[in-house]
Order: sequence, then C-alpha cells, then structure tokens
Amino acid sequence: MTVDTGVPSGRERAERETGLRVRGRGRGLRVRGRGVRGRPLLYTSYAADQAIWNTPAKRGWTLALVGAVLVLPFFLSRDLTSLVTTVFIFAIGGIGLNLVTGYAGQVSLGHAFFMGLGAYTAAVFGGAGSDQVIGWGLDMAIWLPMAGVVPALVGLVVAPLAVRVRGLYLAVLTLGLVFIGEHVFKEARSITGGAGVGRAPAEPVLFGMDLRERYHLFGYILSREAVYYFVCFAIFVVLAIAARNLTRSKPGRAFAAVRDRDVAASMMGISLRRTKTLAFTVSSFYAGVSGALLVMVIGRVTPTNWNLFLSIDLLAVILIGGIATISGSILGAAFVVLMPRIVSELADVVPFISTSPSGGFLSVFQLQTMLFGALIVLFLVLEPRGLYGLWVRVRNYWKAWPFSY
Amino acid sequence: MTELISSGLVRGLGIGSTYALLAVGFVIIYRATGVINFAQPALMILGAYATSVLATGAGLPFPVAVLAAMAVLAAVGMATERVALRPMVGRQPFAAAMVTVGVLTVLFVVAHRLIGTQVRTVGDPWGLQRAELFGVSVAQVDLAKIVVSMVAIGAVGLFLARSRLGLAMRATSMDQEVALAQGVDVGRMFSLAWGISAALAALAGMLIGTSAGGFEAITALVALKALPVVIVGGLDSIKGAVYAGLLIGVAEALTRLYQPRYAEWLGANVDVVVPYVIMIVVLVVRPYGLFGTREVERV
Repeated sequence: MTVDTGVPSGRERAERETGLRVRGRGRGLRVRGRGVRGRPLLYTSYAADQAIWNTPAKRGWTLALVGAVLVLPFFLSRDLTSLVTTVFIFAIGGIGLNLVTGYAGQVSLGHAFFMGLGAYTAAVFGGAGSDQVIGWGLDMAIWLPMAGVVPALVGLVVAPLAVRVRGLYLAVLTLGLVFIGEHVFKEARSITGGAGVGRAPAEPVLFGMDLRERYHLFGYILSREAVYYFVCFAIFVVLAIAARNLTRSKPGRAFAAVRDRDVAASMMGISLRRTKTLAFTVSSFYAGVSGALLVMVIGRVTPTNWNLFLSIDLLAVILIGGIATISGSILGAAFVVLMPRIVSELADVVPFISTSPSGGFLSVFQLQTMLFGALIVLFLVLEPRGLYGLWVRVRNYWKAWPFSY
Repeated sequence: MTELISSGLVRGLGIGSTYALLAVGFVIIYRATGVINFAQPALMILGAYATSVLATGAGLPFPVAVLAAMAVLAAVGMATERVALRPMVGRQPFAAAMVTVGVLTVLFVVAHRLIGTQVRTVGDPWGLQRAELFGVSVAQVDLAKIVVSMVAIGAVGLFLARSRLGLAMRATSMDQEVALAQGVDVGRMFSLAWGISAALAALAGMLIGTSAGGFEAITALVALKALPVVIVGGLDSIKGAVYAGLLIGVAEALTRLYQPRYAEWLGANVDVVVPYVIMIVVLVVRPYGLFGTREVERV
C-alpha cells in the first residue's frame, strides 16, 4: 500500500537529479549501470560502494595486470617463471597470515608450522609410498584441498588457546608451535622422511593430467615451470578473491572489530571465541595450501625448513606489503621473493658485495637477510601501511593533481 | 642419586639461572616499554662474541673482559633503542615487537659475519673442573652459572628497589605520562632499560658460551627459550622470571637425563621442546603466567 504524500521520495528525487532510472526497491538506491555517468566515484548503493572493483580504474588495471601475468611466462626464462610462481605461493601464505594478524589482530609467529603441515599432508595423500614413508598417490584434486583442511583442523584445535591468550603472549605461544612442530616433523619419519633426509613432494597429477609433462598451447610448448605457474596462479586468484570477499562480509567486519578492541566487540554481541577460531582456521587453511604448493615447486625439503625464519619471511610479507590489505599481501610477497634475486643480480655490479659465502665485506646472502630486517624496521617506523600505503600516497597525489590537497 | 643431583638438579639450576638472566632482560624491557624484545638472542650472542674477543683475543683478565663486554653490549642496546624503537613510542605494542624482529634479523647477520663458521670459546676459568658440594661432585661451571646469575639479578633487583633511577624506572613502567609529569626523563628510562637488558644478555651469552663445545652464531637461538620462561613467569614479573627460569632449566635437564631411558619413543633432543610444552600447559591454566599481572579490561 502506498500513500501519495506529494513529497518526492528519495528515488524520485534521484531520478530527477541524475536523469537516470532507478531500479530495485527497499534497500537503498541502485542506479542502472555502474555509478553515475561521468561521476564514477558517486556510489548510490552500499553494494556498489563495497564492490571489490568499485572504480573503473581498478577494473581496468586489474584486467591489465591479469593479462600481463597470463602472457608473462612466454617471455620469461624458466627459473624466473619458477620465481614468479613462488610469489603467488607466498602471496597465498601472506594473505592467510594477513587474515589472522592483519584483519583479526591475532599475532601468529607459527605459520611456518602450518605450512609444513600442509606440505606433509599433501605428501602423504599425493606422494609415492615406499617402505620408508607413507604415501597414497592420490590425485591433486584431493591432496590440495586436504593440504588445507588438515592444517585448518589443527588450527581449530589450537584456536581455543588463542582465545584465552592475548597480544604478545599469543605471539610467543605460536612461536612455541614452530619449535614443537619442528621436533614432531623430525621425529615422524614415516611421514616426513626424518631430519636431514626429507621426502619427495606430492605428485602433481591434476584430474589425471601429469603436470610435469610438456603441453602445447597455441603453438607454444609449455615448460613444466609454466604449467606450475598457471596452476598456482589460478589457485592464488581463487583464494585471493575468496579472502577479499571474506573481509568485506560480516565475519570480516567482526575480525576488524575484534582487532580494534576485543572487549568492545564482545559488548556488541560478537562472539570472540567464534571470530578468533574462524580467523585461525581459515588462515591455517591458506598456510597449508601454500606450503603444499611451495614444495611442489621447489622440490624435496627437510623438516628443518619449516622454521622460525620462514615465519619471519611471512611476517615480512604482510609488514612490508601492508597490514590488513589483500593487495598489500600480494605486493609484499612479490617484494620478499624478488628482492633477494635483485640483490644477487646487483652483486656483480656493486663492489663490496661478494658472491662467495665468506669473503668480501658482506656476502650476497648476508646482505639479503640484512636488507630484509632493515626494511621491516624502516617500513614499520616510516610507513606502517607498507607498500600498499606508499601506493595510496602516490594515488592520492595524482588524484588531486595539480592541487596538493 | 648423585647423578640426579649433579647432572639433573645442579646442571638444571645452572641452565635455568641463565634463562632467568635472559628472562629478566625481557621483563625489564617489557615493563619499561611494553614490548617483547625479540632481538635478545642476537644481543646475547654478540655478548658472547665480545667476551671471547676481549678475553682470548685481547688477553684481558676474564672478569674485566666480561664487564667490558657487558658495557659494549649495553651501548649496542641503547643505540638500537634510540634508532629503531624510539620512533615507535605510542604505537601498537605489536608493531614495536615486530621492529625488534627486524632488529634480530640485522644483528644476527652481523653476528654471523663477525663469528664466521668456526666455533669460539669465551676463555672462562672454569672449564671442565669439578667441585665437591655436600659430598657430591658437580661441575664448577654449573655453580658459576648459578652464582653469577643470581648475583647479577640480585644487583638489578636492588637497583630497581633502592636507587633513585630504579624508582624512576618503576614509575615509568607504572604510568609513562605521570612519570613525565613528575620530572622523570622517560626517554632516558627506555634507554636505560635497553642498556641493562642488553648487558644482562651479554652476561648470559658468556655463561652459555662456557659450554664444553664453545659457541657459534647459531647458538643464539638458545636465548629464544627465555621466551617461554617469561611467559610462564608472567611478562611483567622479575620474581616470576627467576622462578620460571629455574623450573624450566631443571625440567629440561631432567628430561635430557631420563627421557632417553624411559620415554625413548619421544625421539632425540626432546629437552629442546620441553620449555614450550611447559609454556602451553601453563597458559591453558593461567593466561597471564604464574606471577603476571592480569590485565584489567575497560571498555
């Protein structure tokens, strides 16, 4: 039943002012088409404002970027293709850590453990068995999800502890996970191959197709590295969009509320237990998947690889990239994975860096590690929003150009 | 029985007092600035290196070398605080703690560069000699660890409790703004906290370096065991750090002694993870450690 009051409703007013027909009823105004013509930043509905690609520039750049990434392996050498694949994998792990640490505010130094767990779950489900190690030789369509599910279940078990413990206490607690995990990995020889030996990763057979073979695409021969590249990129895109959707949905807003003030969040009716448990579980899922993919690309690893320094690498991904942003995690992963390579390329040019491990002022590896630490400090002190923050500054500068503000 | 006392209890108390020393360093920084200093392992190994250089390289008498190394590390600690941590005042404790992770990475590389791959010794006078204690033969070095640590912790405790500066430090840890209003130079207190903590880490590094095999750069990771110690004791309690250090040290030594005999299926080197297991168990029961102050939550 409608009563004509003579006063134009919000919708009528909008139609009159913009000259566009408005459809949809009840929940806010929705203008046909995206935004208002010529005014891309005017949002007429909450949904349009919250969309992932809410400006034409974002849509354009994302498309361009995806296009560039898809043709990249045809121009790169095989080892560089592998390196970029590692970027995708670290981005998955980084997004996972960002969900729990950046969005939900629960510091975790234990992600190396969950990555290792994912890698070994994959190896058990998908690896070849022998008299030393267990392996069931299943398809990648099974072992990859399992590599996420098993760590997620362990995350679910650990989460109640995280609910009880806060702040820096939690950081040290998760640090303990890494050390206990390393010990368990070393001792569980039938699963991990044992210390110093390790085991071969799961076999990359997806839906019956062996990814290690050569494939032909548009007349190009795809190397094994390129096949891994596309598979990892596809998984990465799915997981990244899923994470972005999670963060802009109700649980995502609950994460942010818990991070900003947990007492206030619980006063507003957000269950701390459920929110923190969800954050830990989802995050462990991401870590597990990235661990499984990582060994698929780099090959055999020993239990000691899943150590504190891997956790620090992941932390660097989100600290350098940008806390509580998905695109920041991707930038950070690119930075953390590519930076050592850039340094070692520079080593031939810059005199005081030596390529041998002991001679010279600093070896390449030492310089890489040191730059890493220094950059974490510099970003935290000077630009806490990380690379993403730098990008926002640049963007805002050009948005208002030629006016400074 | 003698085995239980000499390689169980006394050795455990020896290791434990070293952990306590490191843990007190963590607690002092936490109380002053609200930050866990993850760079402590690097400071510890640099302390061991400085002692080693001064005592065996420069040929100083051992006690002088130890004191000089402590002074050097105190300077390093203060410089770190000034450069990396001071800009973080007023920011989230999480961010500041992550800064110390970055500092750890940098200083660890420095330690690797200085120490290289070879094993060094600190040139301590105790060596493998043994002493007679109530009819039981125990290693002198274990007794030295206990005595040195307890004297150092006692001195720090006395300093905090009795001196003007100590009073100012305690005031700072209670409320920075009020301390500032009372004329305390809060920045200097932060600096002092880092100095004391780094000096204690250097002393602990020397004690860890006395082990029969000497020390290498990677030995630094031993200091991470002081983290479960501070958590078990409670992040802001010096008393807790001492008790928890001794408890975890003894538990570790007993595990090393008896686990290969009675619980072999747990695998080799279980004593490495014992501190973390104890920590998790304690946290389940008491989320703020045994002696830690419960955080009061206000909306």
